[in-house]
Amino acid sequence: MIWLAALVVLPPFLAAFAGMLSGPSLTRLVRGLPGGGPGVIACVPVAVSLVLSAIVAFAVWRDPGERTGTLTLVDTGSVPIRVGLQVDGLSAVTGLMVCCVALAVQVYSVAYMKDDRRYSSYAAFISLFTSAMLLVVYAGDLLVLYVGWEVMGICSYFLIGHRWEERANSRAAVKAFLVTRLGDAGFLIGVIVLGVGAGTFEIGGVLRAVGGLPGGAVTAAALLLLAGVAGKSAQFPLHTWLPDAMAGPTPISALIHAATMVAAGVYVVARLYGVFLAAPAALAVLGLIAVISMVGAACAALAQDDLKRVLAYSTISQLAVMAAGLAVGAKSAAIFHLLTHGAFKALLFLAAGCVIAVAGSTMLAQYGGLRRGMPITFWSMTIGLAALAGVPPLSGWFSKDSIIEAAQHAALHGGESAVIPPAAPTSAGYAQCKFDSSLVCTPIHDDSTLGTLPPVHLEISYNAPAMDLPAGIAWLVYLGLLVTVALTAAYAMRTWLMMFFGEPRGSYEARDPSRLMSWTVAALAVPAAILGFFGLGASELRPHLGASLLSVLLVALGAGAAFLVWNRDPALDPARALGPVRPAFARAFFVDELYAVAIVRPVQALARYVVTFDRDRVDAAVVGTARAAGRLGGLLRVLQNGNLQTYLTGLLAGVVVIVAGVVIFL
Amino acid sequence: MLALPLAGALAMLVPANRFLRTDFAVRAFGTAVSAATLLVAVSALTAFDFGATSRVQLEIDRAWAPAIGLRFHLGVDGISLPLVALTALLTFLCFLYTLRHPPEGGRTRLLTALLLVLEIGMLGTFVALDLVLFFVFFETVLVPMYAVIMLWGGPGRRAAAAKFILYTLLGSGLLLAGMLLVGAQAGTLDMTALAGRHGSGLPHGIQITAFALMGIGLAVKAPMWPLHTWLPDAHTEAPTVGSVLLAGVLLKMGTYGLVRVALPLAPDGARFWAPWLGLLAVIGIVYGALACLAQRDLKRMIAYSSVGHMGFVLLGIATLTPVGINAALFGNIAHGLITGLLFFLAGSVKERWGTGDMDAIGGGMLGTSPRLASILTFASVASLGLPGLAGFWGEVLALAGAYRPHADLPRETFVTFMAVAALGAVLTAAYFLRMLARLTHGPSSPRSGPVAAVSPQEYAAWVPLIALTLLVGLWPKTLLDVTTGPVRALFGGG
Repeated sequence: MIWLAALVVLPPFLAAFAGMLSGPSLTRLVRGLPGGGPGVIACVPVAVSLVLSAIVAFAVWRDPGERTGTLTLVDTGSVPIRVGLQVDGLSAVTGLMVCCVALAVQVYSVAYMKDDRRYSSYAAFISLFTSAMLLVVYAGDLLVLYVGWEVMGICSYFLIGHRWEERANSRAAVKAFLVTRLGDAGFLIGVIVLGVGAGTFEIGGVLRAVGGLPGGAVTAAALLLLAGVAGKSAQFPLHTWLPDAMAGPTPISALIHAATMVAAGVYVVARLYGVFLAAPAALAVLGLIAVISMVGAACAALAQDDLKRVLAYSTISQLAVMAAGLAVGAKSAAIFHLLTHGAFKALLFLAAGCVIAVAGSTMLAQYGGLRRGMPITFWSMTIGLAALAGVPPLSGWFSKDSIIEAAQHAALHGGESAVIPPAAPTSAGYAQCKFDSSLVCTPIHDDSTLGTLPPVHLEISYNAPAMDLPAGIAWLVYLGLLVTVALTAAYAMRTWLMMFFGEPRGSYEARDPSRLMSWTVAALAVPAAILGFFGLGASELRPHLGASLLSVLLVALGAGAAFLVWNRDPALDPARALGPVRPAFARAFFVDELYAVAIVRPVQALARYVVTFDRDRVDAAVVGTARAAGRLGGLLRVLQNGNLQTYLTGLLAGVVVIVAGVVIFL
Repeated sequence: MLALPLAGALAMLVPANRFLRTDFAVRAFGTAVSAATLLVAVSALTAFDFGATSRVQLEIDRAWAPAIGLRFHLGVDGISLPLVALTALLTFLCFLYTLRHPPEGGRTRLLTALLLVLEIGMLGTFVALDLVLFFVFFETVLVPMYAVIMLWGGPGRRAAAAKFILYTLLGSGLLLAGMLLVGAQAGTLDMTALAGRHGSGLPHGIQITAFALMGIGLAVKAPMWPLHTWLPDAHTEAPTVGSVLLAGVLLKMGTYGLVRVALPLAPDGARFWAPWLGLLAVIGIVYGALACLAQRDLKRMIAYSSVGHMGFVLLGIATLTPVGINAALFGNIAHGLITGLLFFLAGSVKERWGTGDMDAIGGGMLGTSPRLASILTFASVASLGLPGLAGFWGEVLALAGAYRPHADLPRETFVTFMAVAALGAVLTAAYFLRMLARLTHGPSSPRSGPVAAVSPQEYAAWVPLIALTLLVGLWPKTLLDVTTGPVRALFGGG
């Protein structure tokens, strides 16, 4: 089983090397296939991984439980590194999602990038990226996880900077890597704190040991991990890289900035949920970050002129919804939203890619009336946007609803989380959880973890501090979610109307792009539409009447408002209704400018100062010492100038002094 | 079986007098000799018993100057073996590179001879097990390096070479004083015997003084902030092979000396000075990174990056834990591989563009010479500590060591060091990405004509370094298994 998981990770990794070294030279062998050698090297391994990950997921579904395997043990002198993998319901289902999206993106890229000179390296980096993400998903050891985590970061850097001829793209790439790396520095320290404290870097071992660690250390570790999560998942205050990352080719935005890399942050919180449960302060911070990110990003999305930036801000906002779910204790609902979001956001980006390829622009103002010319794209995008907004019965509605329900429960019942009995896992491999109205408070655990633990550990985990989110935070999360639902519906409606309705504003001919692209998009529309129904298998993921009615009402409110504003004059941007706050929304509340003033420039100034300091102080001291030594030598040299008279005079003077001394003192 | 590197070293004394007609023949001869040395080092690797890495193996022990108790004692264990292999490899690659790209200034015969003497000194330092012998080899390195900088260097070579030799000689003087202090007190100069005692029999005060003397002496070489200023000048002016060996091997002699000589001989002194060492190391990390951020010259930037990277190595040593020392040894090798590669690349860039100034080179290198730029990108990414490549493990282990340092050390101080060092790693990423963005990205500068493709000799010199960076990074076990045993023995544990 573990070998199978290792085999899932391996093909894209090897494909990356093969593609990097010999992609173009293979083209002769596979003449006639779309994409040539690089295309084959890119797509086939991911397809193999997809099949294998499906087998893994199937095996976990048939026989739930956690499986770990260690390839080797690296002795470091203190805490050993266990190079191992771990498969359970959570990782199996996430791995499957990653492979699906990666395959869709690779196939789509064959057509989208067919005229690109550097397609080979591009495809190789996607392969490497896929393999790194799968490593994060299946990792059984925190340091192994970190390896995948960082490799994803550098791949993202290369892919965003794919068109490096333009300085703006290069800057976006550097920014993306540096901002996430800032978070990762915290993440790494958090990993070390946990690992050294628990005496092992193995995830299972860490989760078992959390109960015995001092509270301060756990809280510190959880907060440090959150820094990394905020970086990767683009949450406030480290979210600024994501909108700029849209400089990369559109399929990359679909892969990285929608379905996989940004999802890694949320995934890791779910993976190490035991640590966060033991540190309520960290959960409260997570809730706060989530509220700021989701409302702020939704506002920003409302005022963007660029289609890709709208989608980027919506990603930040939706990831914050997942984080909010985790903060109120609804882990399976959050993961559910992660999966549905992966499906519909990949769909949205790829469909956007179709539009961009046809229209040659990313500006919303250039679109309009596209529904007639490109029906496949239109219907796919409609499904995607509706799922994003949470229109029943599409996937986004189910998952968002279950998070809102959990938040409502947490808010109404004084921030206490729902009761989760350690029941048998369900079909999809989620933890089966029930929201119970009784107020018994027990920590939530991945039941598959519990299933394999000896009874003693079970007891320890039940003695772990119960999750108690402060009621204020719980209310804030709940209200934030409701506001976000309305805002999301509004910007989704605005985007939809501006793209597909009204009069055509561009001078291009609207038609569906090549079959490879439009069919990939159409295929992705299926899961985006129906994935929600899989949640019906688990009781806590089923829609609840109160919450669903409320959210449908809010969706109607937001979408209706956007429609009414647009309807007054379909040629104009509905965002004009925002009035004076529009610039602030469009610049995302000037956070970038603030960072430039508060962090970037001081560091640059400091760097310049250090160079001057090094030259004028440290080195000058060294050179000065040498000069002083030279002068001292010069002083002594005066005596030894080779003048016989001086020597004789000195000699005589010395004799006189000695004689005088002898005479006087004796 | 016996100290095979010695045979290689002796063979290398010959060529200075040998008659070889053309420059190329001389270079080919140098390459052949260093290849033979590399083979000897490889056979030492195979002869080495990896089951007992903490035992000194392949020993040779002769009386040298019996009147004062000097012995010609050589041998390798898990600590020195990787460095011996690295030295042999890098020297060989330098010769290989010189085959096609000799530094300007002619006098190839002299250069070959100097490089071979340099190799003797470097190898000898890593295998010596007698204090005075260690010192002799340590000093042997200085003069050839001085001459290499002086004769084949850039425009500012005179000052740079003078600074290099005066500074390091000053350090050597202190080192000798410290070693003799220990030797006179303990009555023996044999390092294995001294290390076996774990400092017993030496008064506390003597240990503190001795460690301070040796520490400063070795720290000049390492280099530790604020004793680093010779390094950027020397690197910037030295020819490519000089920079590669300087960064790849010479710097390691300082940190190796700390682990091999200063720590085991004066453990009490080490405990006393460790927080200071850690402080200076952390300052070095951040300071080096900030200095890089504002550099304009490529070689100078890489030189300052060495200050930062060696800061991580010194931080590892300062924790006085097995994991920290492991980090230091790992960092040594990783830095040797990666920075060696970076200096090779910087040399090639300078050769093609005629300058090391980043503004003058302009951007778009990925367009004009994609392969060179790709390898430069790889080396930079490795150097900024990407997991999966060699640079990462040394850093992460140093941080792990700093989180839980030796029981006698102040924990809070070291946790602070850890946090600052982690921020330094972010800055490291910042300056490397800035460099890449300026050189490889952006539109190609209009004035640059066609750029020479990467030559086979350059590939031959770079590919082994790339392969090893990948191997050590993906499978850190290869190196850690070798060093962990002796490091534990260093602390008197099993």
